Amino acid sequence: MRGSWLPDRLRGWWKQLRGLFDKAALERELDEELAYHVERETEANVAAGMDPAAARRRAELEFRGRERYKEEVRDARWTRLAEDFVSDVGYGLRSLRQRPGFAAAAVLTLGLAIGATVAIVSVVKPVLFEPLPYPDSGRLVSITDVAPDGAPLPAAFGTVVELGERSRSFEALAAYRSWRPTLTGAGRPERLDGQRVGADYFRALDVRPALGRHFTHDDDRASGPDVVIIDHGLWRARFGGDPDIVGRRITLDSRPFTVVGVLPASFENVTASTARVWAPLQYDATLPSFEGREWGHHLDVLARLRPGVEVDAAGTELDRIAGDPLPVHPRPAWASLGGGLRVAPLRDTVTRAARPTLLAVFGAVVLLLVIGCVNVTNLLLARGVGRREELAMRTALGAGRGRLIRQLLTESLLLSAVGGAVGLGLAVLGVRGLVAVSPPGQPRLSAVHVDPTALVVAVAVTTFVGVVVGLVPAVRAARTDPRSAIQERSPTAGAHHRARGTLVAAEVALTFVLLIGAGLLLRSVDRLLAVDTGFAESGVLALQVQTSGDRLADDDAIHRYFDQVLAAVRAVPGVADGALTSQLPLTGEADRYGVRRPDVELPADPRRDAGVYRYAVAGRYFRTLGVPLRRGRVFDDGGADQRVAVISESLARRHFAGTDPIGRPLHVGRPDLPPYTVIGVVADVRQLSLAAGPDAGVYVPRRQWYFADGAPWIAVRTNGQAAALTAAVRAAIWSVDADQPIVRVATTSELVRTSAATQRFALALFQLFALVALALSAIGIYGLLAGTVGERRREIGVRVVLGASRRDVVAMVLGHGLGLAAIGAAIGLVAAVLGSRALSSLLFGVSRLDPLTYAGAVTVVGAVAAAACAVPAWRAGRVDPAITLRAE
Amino acid sequence: MAPLSNTDVLRGTLDLLILQTLALEPMHGWGISRRIRDRSEDAFEVGQGSLYPALQRLEQKGWLKSEWRRTEENRRAKYYHLTSSGRRALGEEVASWRAYVRAMELVLEPSS
Repeated sequence: MRGSWLPDRLRGWWKQLRGLFDKAALERELDEELAYHVERETEANVAAGMDPAAARRRAELEFRGRERYKEEVRDARWTRLAEDFVSDVGYGLRSLRQRPGFAAAAVLTLGLAIGATVAIVSVVKPVLFEPLPYPDSGRLVSITDVAPDGAPLPAAFGTVVELGERSRSFEALAAYRSWRPTLTGAGRPERLDGQRVGADYFRALDVRPALGRHFTHDDDRASGPDVVIIDHGLWRARFGGDPDIVGRRITLDSRPFTVVGVLPASFENVTASTARVWAPLQYDATLPSFEGREWGHHLDVLARLRPGVEVDAAGTELDRIAGDPLPVHPRPAWASLGGGLRVAPLRDTVTRAARPTLLAVFGAVVLLLVIGCVNVTNLLLARGVGRREELAMRTALGAGRGRLIRQLLTESLLLSAVGGAVGLGLAVLGVRGLVAVSPPGQPRLSAVHVDPTALVVAVAVTTFVGVVVGLVPAVRAARTDPRSAIQERSPTAGAHHRARGTLVAAEVALTFVLLIGAGLLLRSVDRLLAVDTGFAESGVLALQVQTSGDRLADDDAIHRYFDQVLAAVRAVPGVADGALTSQLPLTGEADRYGVRRPDVELPADPRRDAGVYRYAVAGRYFRTLGVPLRRGRVFDDGGADQRVAVISESLARRHFAGTDPIGRPLHVGRPDLPPYTVIGVVADVRQLSLAAGPDAGVYVPRRQWYFADGAPWIAVRTNGQAAALTAAVRAAIWSVDADQPIVRVATTSELVRTSAATQRFALALFQLFALVALALSAIGIYGLLAGTVGERRREIGVRVVLGASRRDVVAMVLGHGLGLAAIGAAIGLVAAVLGSRALSSLLFGVSRLDPLTYAGAVTVVGAVAAAACAVPAWRAGRVDPAITLRAE
Repeated sequence: MAPLSNTDVLRGTLDLLILQTLALEPMHGWGISRRIRDRSEDAFEVGQGSLYPALQRLEQKGWLKSEWRRTEENRRAKYYHLTSSGRRALGEEVASWRAYVRAMELVLEPSS
């Protein structure tokens, strides 16, 4: 025994491999071997008594068709595979070029399905499926207070202090809030997004600074040092990547801040993705009074659990603390933690708002991918039928089954490769587009990139389908007798049509589901945009100015400054009216205060006690915003120098049910100050969003509030296009003080549109997917019927001869197509009824079983199916039996 | 006994014949075909058309190895010899062929 089989095998392969590159040498060897055989055979024949010439002829006779078995010898080598591959690719390309319609449809289908899937998966994966980009991120949680009505409520600093001292579940705990400082100094002034954070913020996230250090508890104390940590991007862009940045002073809001750290380039701040600067919170941990900012509900809190502590256990501990107040930790009534505290994984908190939309969109794209696969299957099956004769012919001419399969495989792979390339291109464009149209506030957008795994999976799925389906005709061709295939219709055609019919029905069903989704969203957006916002939805331009710097150090200076700004803005030509307001509807601002009637004690009611939106306004606010007056009067035209208030209808209903509120006293915010006198009732406005219900609000004169809001909106009513006046109004604002940054510019019509952004985003994608799905279904129906009519020409001819009218024939074809569509729609209807649940949270003002939408989808599917049937039916109706039957 | 035509040598049995022939000693193609014919008393005539592809196939399976050698009459010829895995395969092929023949015999024998 010599050696094991492995070296033998390897030597065999080596020989093959050598043969691939040195084909000539191998051919020579074979020639020589065969020549030796002929010689010996000749000699043997001579020895047996033949004359030499005859002997040689005899020997060579055996080699008749020598080329044929040289071919066979070659075929036994797998080098043959490589040679065949090249010729298969050439043949495949030629055969695809011969049917450009088929090739284009297949490549486009594959490309669209792959591209859309990859783009959507790339966008949703970081949000839905990936952990947050921090070490051991499963231990990160968010902590929220709970409002009396059960809604999550930002925490007060006092609560954070108490939790920090009493809880044992956390390794690090930090509060944070947004901060928008203006950076001046080198270069133009720039308003930065940033955060004020507790000392342990970065320790909780477990992020090490690339340069410098973290904040310390010594930084984070009342009147602590002005220190700042900046992100990598800002460091590179504004400070040229200065390696000595730590210790340098930079100017934020006209105050010098010392840079103590730079974050690494890889850092992603999931709690506020646009933040670039961080400074310590610097609240007073001694909690001097209930009236200070330490007890306002405006902090978000994150924490890192100790190893081994579960989220639920931490929640239980905090609830226990909430229910067990200690005298050393006094709590005000509005932060008594009566509703407990809520602990949730940080990941859920960050992605919660976006999750339903992305899941719905993800579901939709999976449907689209399935439709794409079904369509490719259908196209390949149809093509397989068309090629039955070709394949049978090649079998008859001696092509082996393996050879046919290899060749069809090559063609399928070619299609997949081209489709995959188109898909990759579409995915890159799609990801860019999706990021661009994503609704504001979409989390983790910076982590979005074309996902290679998704690309591989999508290409693999479609390739698999293509290969499997592509093989069906080859296997069938190899199995059937070539003669029967060439001479007559295959007996399996019926079963084959049933298979394709099923596929078409499935396609219609899936399309129907997408149509329902698109329809429901369309109706929701319609309803949303039809919501009565309570203010003028066009013609109003608003700019938010954030005051900063020493010149506006006290409330008086701020009031004087904004009075001047208002006067300057009103003087701009084209401005009809102007006003100031502490918050603008639909901007996401949610400045709420409790209200209380000093004259009547109302029973506790979560809705009533939840607080109302407080607007500190100046100028002619109600006229400018177009908020209609319901009762009494407003302070637009005087009265702004008295302690008066205008309330909204909801507030009037809740607090003054059955009585006339005009002339009544009302505490807003601090109950220790004198109450306001109600002078009027106006319509409710939508403050938070179009979808949230009408919101209760209270309006007080700006100078009658106990502090001056530092970042009010300057709103102007224009005579024409609101946006066109932006430059002029901006110039007017800066004519008063060029150093005050304008942080936001909006028109009310933009705000209304943006408020429906989530639904519009989902709608745009569903519409796109539904359109593509409809097109694919139409192609599917058309392809099937066109093929059937072509193949049944003879049968149709016979029917006509036997007395069928053209109408009968047309009806037969239409009935076939519409019947499939009806079956598909019926299945789709059931699927949509079940599947629309996934959309519930995106719907507004419309039931997920909205009959109008379902009727609409049926109509659309019917119309498209009828259109797809029309041409084949017309063609069937024109079949001339004389010609058809003679041709057979 | 009249020679059977090439096609009567079934593919599977051709492999077996080649392996068995080479089990005795290394041999070139023509020699293999000769020996098969002689040993089968002219019953099996293995034409080149099936012999060389079969040799190629067996070599690729790693059952045979080939090398160019000088013959007795000092001419160059390609000699094939069995590899160890070829020898193992031969054992298995022979066993299964015997089982097959036995089964056939059992069926064909007039039942007693």
